[in-house]
Amino acid sequence: MGPMIFRRIVIGFITLWVVSVIVFFGLSILPGDAAAIQLGQAATEESLAALRAQLGLDRPAYIRYFTWLGGMATGDMGISNAGGATIASLIDFRLIKTLELGGIVAVISVPLSIFLGLAAAMYPGTWLDRILTFGTMSLVAVPEFLIATFLVLIFAVKLQWMPSIAYMSGGESLWEWLHALAMPILTLVIVVSAQMIRMTRAGILNVMNSPYIEMAILKGVARKRIILRHALFNAIGPIINVIALNLAYLVSGVVIVETIFAYSGLAKLMIDGVQTRDFPLVQACAMIFCGTYVLLLLTADIGAILSNPRLRKPK
Amino acid sequence: MALLEVDNLKIQAMKDDGTPVPIVKGVSFEIKAGEVVALIGESGSGKTTISLASLAYTKPGLEFSGGEVRLHGEDLLTMDPLKQRDMRGQRVAYLAQSAAATFNPAITIGEQVTESAVLHGILSQEEATKRAEELYVALELPDPDRLGGRYPHQVSGGQLQRLMAAMALVGKPDLLVLDEPTTALDVTTQIEVLKAFKKVIREQGSAAIYVTHDLAVVAQVADHIVVLYSGEVQEQGPVDQIINHPTHDYTRRLMAAVRPTPTAGMGDDTEHGHGRSEAAIAARGITAGYGGIVDGEPAVTILRDINVEVERGDVVGVIGESGCGKSTLARVMAGLLPSARGEIVLGGKTLAPALKDRDRDELRKVQFVFQMADTALNPRQYIGDILGRPVEFYLGLTGQEKRKRVAELLDMVELPIAFAERFPMELSGGQKQRINLARALAGNPEVLLCDEVTSALDSIVGANVIKLLTALRNKTGVSFVFISHDLSTVGSFADKIVVLYAGRVVEQGPTDQVLSPPYHPYTRLLITSVPELRIGWLEDTMQTREAAAGIARGVEITAVGCPFFNRCPIAIPGTCQLEVPPVRLHGDGHQIACHHTLDEVEESEAGPQQILHGYEKPIMDDDAAKKP
Repeated sequence: MGPMIFRRIVIGFITLWVVSVIVFFGLSILPGDAAAIQLGQAATEESLAALRAQLGLDRPAYIRYFTWLGGMATGDMGISNAGGATIASLIDFRLIKTLELGGIVAVISVPLSIFLGLAAAMYPGTWLDRILTFGTMSLVAVPEFLIATFLVLIFAVKLQWMPSIAYMSGGESLWEWLHALAMPILTLVIVVSAQMIRMTRAGILNVMNSPYIEMAILKGVARKRIILRHALFNAIGPIINVIALNLAYLVSGVVIVETIFAYSGLAKLMIDGVQTRDFPLVQACAMIFCGTYVLLLLTADIGAILSNPRLRKPK
Repeated sequence: MALLEVDNLKIQAMKDDGTPVPIVKGVSFEIKAGEVVALIGESGSGKTTISLASLAYTKPGLEFSGGEVRLHGEDLLTMDPLKQRDMRGQRVAYLAQSAAATFNPAITIGEQVTESAVLHGILSQEEATKRAEELYVALELPDPDRLGGRYPHQVSGGQLQRLMAAMALVGKPDLLVLDEPTTALDVTTQIEVLKAFKKVIREQGSAAIYVTHDLAVVAQVADHIVVLYSGEVQEQGPVDQIINHPTHDYTRRLMAAVRPTPTAGMGDDTEHGHGRSEAAIAARGITAGYGGIVDGEPAVTILRDINVEVERGDVVGVIGESGCGKSTLARVMAGLLPSARGEIVLGGKTLAPALKDRDRDELRKVQFVFQMADTALNPRQYIGDILGRPVEFYLGLTGQEKRKRVAELLDMVELPIAFAERFPMELSGGQKQRINLARALAGNPEVLLCDEVTSALDSIVGANVIKLLTALRNKTGVSFVFISHDLSTVGSFADKIVVLYAGRVVEQGPTDQVLSPPYHPYTRLLITSVPELRIGWLEDTMQTREAAAGIARGVEITAVGCPFFNRCPIAIPGTCQLEVPPVRLHGDGHQIACHHTLDEVEESEAGPQQILHGYEKPIMDDDAAKKP
């Protein structure tokens, strides 16, 4: 088991390194450089050259790459091309915001999804199962901006219970803070739960046809215990993976939801960076997103290994 | 009053259009306390369905449509579902056919064994664990204190099968339901499990329903037999009456399908009139296994130094227990698993070890027939396409010619041409296996590698497939490598037998010679382990020294010495486990790998059951000199 987990970790690092190459050189082949953008119309050849030298843009690409990679590895993400602030300071605040939103959504949606998925699997074919199956299938098919728009129409415009944007000035009480965030939280919980419920239900039902489940029935084990003790542990691998993918989405994929609710998280910062051609910022954000994915999928893989006795305890 | 009364039981299935199809048509029988009743019949006779009814359970898609199943006078079928749940595992316990599939891979053995008794509140967890450990001892399972903490994949198949008995017995049920509990096992393992079941049933005083298609097994364990066909009772009575004086035709037919004890002369001895000069395919000094290869030694060695020749038009049977390397040998010949050492020679030409380095004509000449036709045939392709693809690939035929060849192939395996337009799922198990054979024959191969092709089939269907193989051999002159764990089938069909044990050839030669003395001690163990249709056979066999020495011991794959050492009744301590046994020749191509001379082996087989210790190490070539 040890070597298997070690291999996953090594593969994780290799993935991150490949991503770093793609992110760095992919952005360098885009037209226009930071010096030209900063100086704008007023640029002369001399001033451009001077600024490029100052920003280090005149050095060969591979040297810039290794300097950048070294910086990323040690937490020094460089200086923003646009404003001259350190990227760390730009990201710091936004990352916390994103993690706050994602964290709350995860804390609500993961237990909720597993509970509802198990409930649907426990009573297949009942009205509860039908409603959940139909509802989640519809929600998986609807894009998130549509869900967000509908929620705004219902709760903010019609009922006027919630604010339509998630604006915070700082210094709110916990209640005010939750009230302000309610709409994006609700949207994201719906979006990520639908998939996780479906996967939990499908994973459990898939295992329910196994001979060992029939054996448990013939031993007189109650259905609840069959699902929770006999089926869940055999179905957990794929469920963990779907949870990990959805959590990764909460960090990196929420740009549309952040935009709709004017919530200033990390994904929105990256989009802003693209618009101002602030390459170091975009690179740093991309690396954080990829790092999140790699970390969560690695956790899922290790979780799947640990939950499988055949891998955990070889002969 | 009987313990269990099955009274006019009816069970039906529902077709898609809602019309009911009767599966069990009014079956009645009863079981007294402490009695073992066998339900016998072919697949489709409803025996498993009836046995499950004693737990008030039906497989999905089936339903009870009439009759009663009374336990202590109380009808189980109309009982409250909560009471049914309480009855299951506590008053009636079930043992399934495949323990490997029936144990939950994610839960420890101890928890699964004790679960039912603890849930029903019969025993506390400590009491249940203690009782489980007593049962492990009674069932002769190794390491009883630590067994409960293990996971199912950490113990062997035969041990799992006995653990399932422990799981059923832990709650002291009144009735045990055993559904083909030894059918999937090797003969030597089967004896050990049968013995354990019989002993435990006697000691615990529970009654049992024993479901099987194997009359020879029934004769060993049952008090009373119910013969079923198509959901109806044909005949029932005490075991002695049914086995020795059957009155019903169907019972007699079942008796006829019992596999004979393998003996010399059981095969068809026709001369095939083909040239015996050159081997069609030969394995020379093959060592193979899995994992990285260092200096010709794989990380996990499965086969060691195998020399086997298959002459043109011959059938070579490869037998041995599961895990002995039979399938690996076929995979090496086919190139699916490149060997670490040695070579495969096809018609005098050495083949590349790996499939990808062989040319198309070489591929065409060696074809593989897999055990499970269900998984070997693409379920989304028409039979015509399944057969047409190799015809096109190997013979380059298209259009009308291809269709003609496909029709020819279907005719060869005795199926109607209309089958070309069907999907595999529309065919029965035996028909699918025929298609599987036709696919292998499509390119006019020279060698067919058949891996347990009849093992998943009913005995009567399997016998028909063997008949077909014999006809095909005579018609096409193809050579067969026929892999099976069933010595009777191999003995009735093969010209030559290769006995594999722990990845080595321990004996090989013409069928009649392998099946007559002198035997390698392992071959002898295999032959004596095939159940006979005789009451009391099990007890007799358990008293032989082969059983005493060889049964209930694990197979050890070793690099040095004779691998059979730890199960051999005539092993020479100090020699056998250290030195590779010499290959002794006996007559025409009959080889036995043993440290004893063949005279010593034969003497030990004939004489009193005495273990021969302290022999001097035999001289390698004295034997060949003595035998003309």
